[in-house]
Amino acid sequence: MKAGDRVLCSPGREETEGIFIAEREGMAVVKLKSGYNIGVTASDIQFIGAGDQNRVSPPDVIQNPNLPLFSIISTGGTIASRVDYRTGAVTSQSNAEEIIRAIPRLGALGQYRTRQPFTTLSENIQPSMWMDLARAVYEEITNGARGVIVTHGTDTMAYSASALSFMLTTPVPVIFVGSQRSADRPSSDNIMNMLCSVAAAGADLGEVAVCMHATANDDICAIHRATRVRKMHTSRRDAFQSIGIPPIATVTYPNLLVSTDRDAIRRASNEASLADRLEERCSLISFHPGMSPAILEGYRSCRGIIITGTGLGHTSTELIGIIRELIEDGTTVVMTTQCLRGRVCDRVYDTGRDLMAAGVIEGEDMLPETALVKLMWVLGQTDEPDEIKRMMQANLKGEINRRSAHGL
Amino acid sequence: MDYKALGLKAGIEIHQQLNTEEKLFCRCPTLLRNVEERNGEIQRYLRATVSEMGTIDRAAEEEMKQMRFFRYYTYDSTCLIENDDEPPTPMNPEALEIALTIARLLSMTPIRQVHTMRKMVIDGSNTTGFQRTALIAVDGVAGSTCQIESLCLEEEAAQRVTAATFSLDRLGIPLVEITTAPCMHTPEEVRDVAAYIGMILRSTGRVKRGLGTIRQDVNISIREGARIEIKGVQELDLIPEVVSREVQRQVHLLAIRDELIRRGAAIPEDGIDLTDLFRSTKSSILKKAACIMGASLTGFAGLVGREIQPGRRLGSEMSDYAKKCGVGGIFHTDELPAYGVTEQEVAALRERCGAGPDDCVVIVSGSHDQASCAIRLVLKRARMACEGIPEETRKMLPEGSSAYMRPLPGAARMYPETDILPLEITSEMVDGITLPELLSEKARRYADEYGIDEAVARQIAFSERFTLFEEAVGTGIKPSLVARTLFGTLRELSRDGVDCGGIPDEEILELLKRVDAGSVAKEAMPDILRARAGGADLEGAVASVGPVFSVADLEEIVRRIVDERQEFIRERGDAALGPVMGVVMKEVRGRIDGQVVADVLKRSIQEML
Repeated sequence: MKAGDRVLCSPGREETEGIFIAEREGMAVVKLKSGYNIGVTASDIQFIGAGDQNRVSPPDVIQNPNLPLFSIISTGGTIASRVDYRTGAVTSQSNAEEIIRAIPRLGALGQYRTRQPFTTLSENIQPSMWMDLARAVYEEITNGARGVIVTHGTDTMAYSASALSFMLTTPVPVIFVGSQRSADRPSSDNIMNMLCSVAAAGADLGEVAVCMHATANDDICAIHRATRVRKMHTSRRDAFQSIGIPPIATVTYPNLLVSTDRDAIRRASNEASLADRLEERCSLISFHPGMSPAILEGYRSCRGIIITGTGLGHTSTELIGIIRELIEDGTTVVMTTQCLRGRVCDRVYDTGRDLMAAGVIEGEDMLPETALVKLMWVLGQTDEPDEIKRMMQANLKGEINRRSAHGL
Repeated sequence: MDYKALGLKAGIEIHQQLNTEEKLFCRCPTLLRNVEERNGEIQRYLRATVSEMGTIDRAAEEEMKQMRFFRYYTYDSTCLIENDDEPPTPMNPEALEIALTIARLLSMTPIRQVHTMRKMVIDGSNTTGFQRTALIAVDGVAGSTCQIESLCLEEEAAQRVTAATFSLDRLGIPLVEITTAPCMHTPEEVRDVAAYIGMILRSTGRVKRGLGTIRQDVNISIREGARIEIKGVQELDLIPEVVSREVQRQVHLLAIRDELIRRGAAIPEDGIDLTDLFRSTKSSILKKAACIMGASLTGFAGLVGREIQPGRRLGSEMSDYAKKCGVGGIFHTDELPAYGVTEQEVAALRERCGAGPDDCVVIVSGSHDQASCAIRLVLKRARMACEGIPEETRKMLPEGSSAYMRPLPGAARMYPETDILPLEITSEMVDGITLPELLSEKARRYADEYGIDEAVARQIAFSERFTLFEEAVGTGIKPSLVARTLFGTLRELSRDGVDCGGIPDEEILELLKRVDAGSVAKEAMPDILRARAGGADLEGAVASVGPVFSVADLEEIVRRIVDERQEFIRERGDAALGPVMGVVMKEVRGRIDGQVVADVLKRSIQEML
């Protein structure tokens, strides 16, 4: 039996007709005429005929050649999700063209080139994919896109955006966008996020950024600098927040007015360039009370380690020995903080001084995840310990602020 | 009306809120709040999405004719799930148990494996844009004649505050929806079945009581008519009126159809722009309109204005359709000249539209988009009038007529709620349910066991305080005292405007115990309850009425009063009893049994005489 077939079943006293949807673990899912799905014992349903396929054909994508050209690169994620009604699972399978089709207003804002280097739920993203993505974005920029929009799952969007920020120097906006609610819901945040991201891609910006709801309302999207953004909530629409700096721009909805922050990098400030080498053997470790030095033994194969320490950037004294050994063996170890907000300073307490003496690099006010992808990138560029340290502590893409502003 | 000859078929859907601790798909309390208690607001847009079958539901599509922007009030008793900012929790087992209890009381068969669905609702009453609903049981019976088709468990919608503002406190309260087969054939039968199902629901003792906690939707059709769903009938007694008015409406609409066919009615493809005709009109609505669109309906004269239901005309139906585009309503030549539109303007209107005396011109005003959209929907409704009666969802108007809401939704509005896993209903779950005593059985038992009048017993059993009655009688308090207090005293107080609804059952029980023990006079009950309802606590309320008199205290007062009125009593003899009783009662009211007062006074007067 296949999905869509007409079947008979008897959930109660009366025999009733329905449409077969799927079979799982001996239970058949049947859609009744009322629209309700029910599970009945699979052996109790009876085939009565093949279903008719009356799917609506999708409307054509209308492209207006007089409008600015944008590139939409889709990588998967909730924004491109579709419910697979056969299995009942949400999968990430629609492409950029389907997104354009689903949001007719996009046609009034620009014309679009689309591409899809890969499709994956963002929890499955690998650093090698960042390299593919960076190359794809670079090509789109050099091929004349006024801005590039990358649709991406939200789970690791901040990692990917941050990684592209280091690999890519861009004269135009590269806007990462996703949605927290799947596109099949009437309430999804996908339409507003998508429209705002196109507005941002057309704006006076020249950096990699993330565009998502700024509040729980459908009123404003915030544009976050890629190296400063973090997903701070598991499910809210406004999960993404800039840490340590304000958002670089906002877009109001539905009128799509963009206002940029004074410190945003402007369009055409830089020439396009690509440095796509990454050292993938890097890891992010969160220190916690009771962590055994033996845990760190397992990280000997890493070329770089970011530790999220406590407070100003600490681990227990007990760990310092193994950390020193790792560094002596050529592993770069950078300290960030679990506090997320604030700057690492290992010069205040003894533990910190001992860590520094062991060769740990202070990660300044970098977000731990940003520090991780930066370290992958830096180690992809140089093997020279002093140069690694210099680069890790230099502000390359807005990831480090020389001063900590109050109120943020 | 001869309903049998007309082929009346009616079914009913009953929606009943369950009185669970927590909501159906989140852990918030099922508590209604005042909008003044809100602690925030969120603003959202909704739009229709494609169903699993690849189609957009016609009801949803219709709702999308306007930009849908909504506001929602949040409370400290609501959470991110109501905000659609967190995935739902698994189905509340308490609600499922109640639903299964009701299913068994209606002899229904539970579904083996329950799948929660999303029913698309984009009128704003659900933040997600859909209502979560699950089919729990099928094929039951209500009473002897009516079949029950299905029982579903679903989320209550948010309460509308204003047109586009909703309050999230109600969203997510568990609701059972019971749907009968279209097996009723008279308006009274519909009410009786609704009453019976209502009794079954209340028998569980676990449903919400009070205004708005139970709603009836009535499905009505007649031969050659169409299935019409009328939503939100809250009072049982209105059901027969609603059914009878819908039958009238369908009968009249069919007569209009026949007349239209006889006259060879015709409807233009589109409206024409008439804005310039009304440049200097005296009608304030038309004067300020950016755009006025109109169309001549050939052969419709006199029919658009014909009454089809008390207070409603065919024109009202067209107006309801037009309003979907955001216009205020329509004008038509069956009612013009009026509303500031002159006879000359009507003549000009007819001429421009090429309308003859048998034709009716309809006009709508608004922005350009609104007016073009509205005239097209008027024409659509006019075309339907030539074919018969469109299947619709309608809302009840206060006196029992109804107005168009949207097309009858199809199965395309339902698609799976993938955030909630399928749920097996095991035989242990079903067999483990203890069935409650039906209220009708309870009434019979009260009459038998306590010797109460049958009507009173029924009143008690069907009331919200039946559990209190059982508890009080169980502690040994006289059933007659309990019955009189709960269904006499409390009712009289509420008739006087004293709201005793907030007094907890335990306090009423405590009072009854004290009366039974003699430490509070039976007569003091109204005053104590009044003081308690006014805000005093129980002890304060008892104290405010004063201490109970002993018979010795009473005898002293009576002696004093009788002494003071010796002359009057001698003059009147036994007839003095009434007036003097009044004087005594003024001093002792509520603090000692009236019968005791009368006895003491009578004795005292007789001694004197």
